[in-house]
Amino acid sequence: MNNFTVEAIELTRLYGGRAAVSDVSFNLAKGQVLGFLGPNGAGKSTTMKMLTGNLAPSLGSVKICGIDMMEDPKEAKKLIGYLPEMRPLYKEFTVDEYLTVAARLHNVDRKQIKKAVEIAKERCGLGHMSKRLIENLSNGYQQRVGIAQAIIHNPMVVILDEPTVGLDPVQIRDIRALIKEIGQEHSVIVSTHILPEVEMVCDHVQIIDQGKLVFNGDIDVLKRQRMGNKLLVGFNKMPELADVAKIKGVADVELAENNMMRIRIAEGAEPHEAIVKAAVKNGWGLYQIAPDQTSLEDVFIQLTYQDGAQEKAA
Amino acid sequence: MILSIAGKELKSMFASPMGWIILALLMFAFGTYYLNGVNNYFEVMSGAIRPAERYGVTQFVGQNVYGLASFIMLFAVPLLSMRLISEERRNQTLPFLFSAPLSIIEIVVGKFVGLVTFLSILIIYIAVMLSTLNLWSEIDFGYILANSIGLFLLLASFSALGLYFSSLTSQPVVAAIFSFIALFVLMILDRFFAGDPSSTMAQLSFMKHFQSFAAGLVDTADIVYFLLFILTFLILTIRRLDADRLRG
Repeated sequence: MNNFTVEAIELTRLYGGRAAVSDVSFNLAKGQVLGFLGPNGAGKSTTMKMLTGNLAPSLGSVKICGIDMMEDPKEAKKLIGYLPEMRPLYKEFTVDEYLTVAARLHNVDRKQIKKAVEIAKERCGLGHMSKRLIENLSNGYQQRVGIAQAIIHNPMVVILDEPTVGLDPVQIRDIRALIKEIGQEHSVIVSTHILPEVEMVCDHVQIIDQGKLVFNGDIDVLKRQRMGNKLLVGFNKMPELADVAKIKGVADVELAENNMMRIRIAEGAEPHEAIVKAAVKNGWGLYQIAPDQTSLEDVFIQLTYQDGAQEKAA
Repeated sequence: MILSIAGKELKSMFASPMGWIILALLMFAFGTYYLNGVNNYFEVMSGAIRPAERYGVTQFVGQNVYGLASFIMLFAVPLLSMRLISEERRNQTLPFLFSAPLSIIEIVVGKFVGLVTFLSILIIYIAVMLSTLNLWSEIDFGYILANSIGLFLLLASFSALGLYFSSLTSQPVVAAIFSFIALFVLMILDRFFAGDPSSTMAQLSFMKHFQSFAAGLVDTADIVYFLLFILTFLILTIRRLDADRLRG
């Protein structure tokens, strides 16, 4: 026995000969938050459906805490809490009624149900909504009910499919905080196509494109690329590109919009101070120097685009 | 677990006005027929000169009420069964059940039991209503019991068929229309083959098998027919839902 809570082994799903997901393998350890990234239609939701036993994989297998989803679905499903992309809410129920049904269906001990409902409500900030009909709740609160439903039986693995889609910024912030909190005790898998979200809540990232896993690694790898790779520098008096490129530690310079330059930094170097000094000395009129915020998107596009290019080459 | 699902179904039936309204309307209809039966009894029986034409008040009122029940349920059951699965499909709530530690058999049987429990309220109501005749007359409890068993099996069969049609579509109304048509055909099938008493097609009809119960006779062959009918459609429903998981 190993300590993995989720093991996906060569998952493949074919829809009439076309592979929606092909050969996806990964492991997730206890207490990790895994971000599942990918453009629309990349196979995120399909993978999640397979992980939760809602869809049978064409090939490969899923193990939850060592229990095979195909062989012993009941035991495996006990360990999972799942919030699909479309919230599975019974709108005619009140929050309390709905959560009680959820607890009962997830084999929560009869005597513990009331307590479990209270705890789930408290964790999702639903305490004052107990007697309201789910139908009458706002989008954000409905989403919270969806999450409460997924964590009510205290599962080992919580799988949330696009939990922040369509919410307002305040609600998004609340739900991200909630995901982080859940991630301390459970393993969490979150799918999204919003990059900053991954950076905020996840400590492990997977990028999936056209059904294939194109990146699987620590969030720090992505963060380092984002923080350390490029600088966006603004000058009032544009210097020659060559002058900037001469500064030690600058690997490459290119022009950007609004009198800005995008400076790529050589591996391990820190030319920030040198750039500022040079700007002051030569009177370039430096007005902004900041890490290039778009580079995470760049990384993402690079990863997904490279894969396509490779395929064409092959 | 089957009971948890059944409980959930019952709860959602009573959470909307639909369940209450159908229950109230049906009780009103049965009550009216019961009252008419009691009122007409002496009138009709005093007109029957020969003793052979006379029969008991239980049967007179009972066939009135049970006849109506088997007919009116043809409309009521599709209305109740239509939402069982198709509404879950439309609201995309099926993953909630699929990702809970439940087998598909439990989900389907649970929903079936939920609906049958709801309908049993009516069966019990009718039986109690007819039993009140006992206050002023000796009545035939065996007749009521046989009719109750027959009605129960008939409604359970309606429910199983309705549940299957509900699993085929994501439009509850479509499910209701199709199950109504199917039930209607099965109800009147024996009329088309009335000329040939040994016809196999007529044997498929509900009425053919409900008749013996209606006469106060509990025939095991008829019980087996209803049980097989229920089993067939429950298995078809289970297979349909399983196909969702396999084919996506």
